[in-house]
Amino acid sequence: MKILTKIVSFAGLALTIVPPIMFYLGSVELDSAKVYMGVGMFMWFVSAPFWVNSKA
Amino acid sequence: MKNSLFKKIVAREEFERVSIPDDRLKGSKGFLGMYAGEHAAGTEFVIGPLFVAHGVSAGDLFVGLLIGNLLAVLSWGLITAPIAVKKRFTLYYQLERIAGKGVVNWYNLVNALMFCFLAGSMIAVSATAVGIPFNLEMPTLTDWMPRTSGWVITVLLMGAIITLVAIQGYSQVSKFANIMSPWMILIFAAAGIVGLAQLGVGSFDSLIATANEVIWTGVPMPGMTKFTIWHIIFFAWFCNMAMHIGMSDLTILRFAKSWKYGFLTFAGVYLGHFLAWLASGILYAVFLQANAASQEFAPGAIAYQTLGLAGAVCVVVAGWTTANPTIYRAGLALQGIFPKVPSWKITAIVGGITSLAACFPALVMRLLDFVALYGLLLMPMGAVIFADFYFSKKFGFQEEQALNSHTNFSMPAFLSWILTLAFCLFLNFSYGVDIFFLGLPGWFVAVAIFVVLSRIQYPLKKQLIA
Repeated sequence: MKILTKIVSFAGLALTIVPPIMFYLGSVELDSAKVYMGVGMFMWFVSAPFWVNSKA
Repeated sequence: MKNSLFKKIVAREEFERVSIPDDRLKGSKGFLGMYAGEHAAGTEFVIGPLFVAHGVSAGDLFVGLLIGNLLAVLSWGLITAPIAVKKRFTLYYQLERIAGKGVVNWYNLVNALMFCFLAGSMIAVSATAVGIPFNLEMPTLTDWMPRTSGWVITVLLMGAIITLVAIQGYSQVSKFANIMSPWMILIFAAAGIVGLAQLGVGSFDSLIATANEVIWTGVPMPGMTKFTIWHIIFFAWFCNMAMHIGMSDLTILRFAKSWKYGFLTFAGVYLGHFLAWLASGILYAVFLQANAASQEFAPGAIAYQTLGLAGAVCVVVAGWTTANPTIYRAGLALQGIFPKVPSWKITAIVGGITSLAACFPALVMRLLDFVALYGLLLMPMGAVIFADFYFSKKFGFQEEQALNSHTNFSMPAFLSWILTLAFCLFLNFSYGVDIFFLGLPGWFVAVAIFVVLSRIQYPLKKQLIA
């Protein structure tokens, strides 16, 4: 379960940083990049609480 | 402060008045993570754009940040950390041993007030994002007073919520901030990338041209003073003056296994005070391109325009996660003065002051000056700790004079504080020396005054005879 939430979290982080890079390279429109970043934020918010603090 | 290490440090019952035992020392990884998270905060959304508004040039900013941040890291590593690992006391207890409880109470009062204003500015920053769906009229660069009743209501509501959360305790907020930290750092990076794309940067040459001609043009906005490389160097060096040469971070670094951990602050300053300041400056330049000659200064709206919902949420989260521990710290400082008042009452009072302060956009628009003032006000006490540690034996006065002479009020420490601030005020009023440059001469003056007065009032010979 923890592995699954970690995968979702890192996918969320990827959706936060990859669309801006793709926008910079001209592969995606800004509006789409904003949507992907919003989805990435949601994925990080719902998954990270399950594992980020558990290591501490 | 965003992780379990800080939670341990602020746990009030833990090692408040004793040296940290060896088995409770922390490794370098915890410090690296904590500093990386700590310096990518709500203030970064304001400072980067204010550099743009102050008309700093691209070259001055880049070189100034490299040098200023390096000086800050060296200050932590060479001045704060060696004393922290040798003594292993909190700032407050170390200061109490030198200056006495009476002086520490005054220090706590000033500290608490400064924390309230800092937290207030962060609530205001968050409000610029929260107000977007309500079409709230945003403050402008020259605003000192609130523009609309809607702004006041938004800020007071946010202040009330943040205060209620702070009353519940620090733990949950710390966990939340810990979770948000990696995402926020990526949002800052995303801001820079999207911003550069929107400004048409496609190569290294166009990056240099855009940086010089569009983003950091060297021309200040109307009503703003011109910043030079010296402003940037000294601001980057001294924006955390209270923490390094002001010695606040004794409380954190006392847990370090080695004094070299002080240098780990590089992770924080070069992420937060370099990458994040550059990125938020780029965001503001994009905003200015789309809203030519606009005087509006609203980090939330600026981030929303370029990054959409994720940008606006990041501003709210960054402001909140900075405001909340700051309110908590202000409460701790005040509780040192009023130990019998319940902590929830103290936090409620602090939250009330903070919320009122947040109504005034001046705290955001003059954040650079405020941050400099905050460090300057607390710095002399750090100089006192430094002088006590290194010069007491060399110049022949009692080490930890309040403790060893059983007094609650060390006049040399108190006068070092007051006279140093008077000296800085004199430099500012009489010679027009900018507030950003007062910390350096002030520190030397504070050390000199403390050494001379201590030599007179607490000479080592007296202690030996006694």
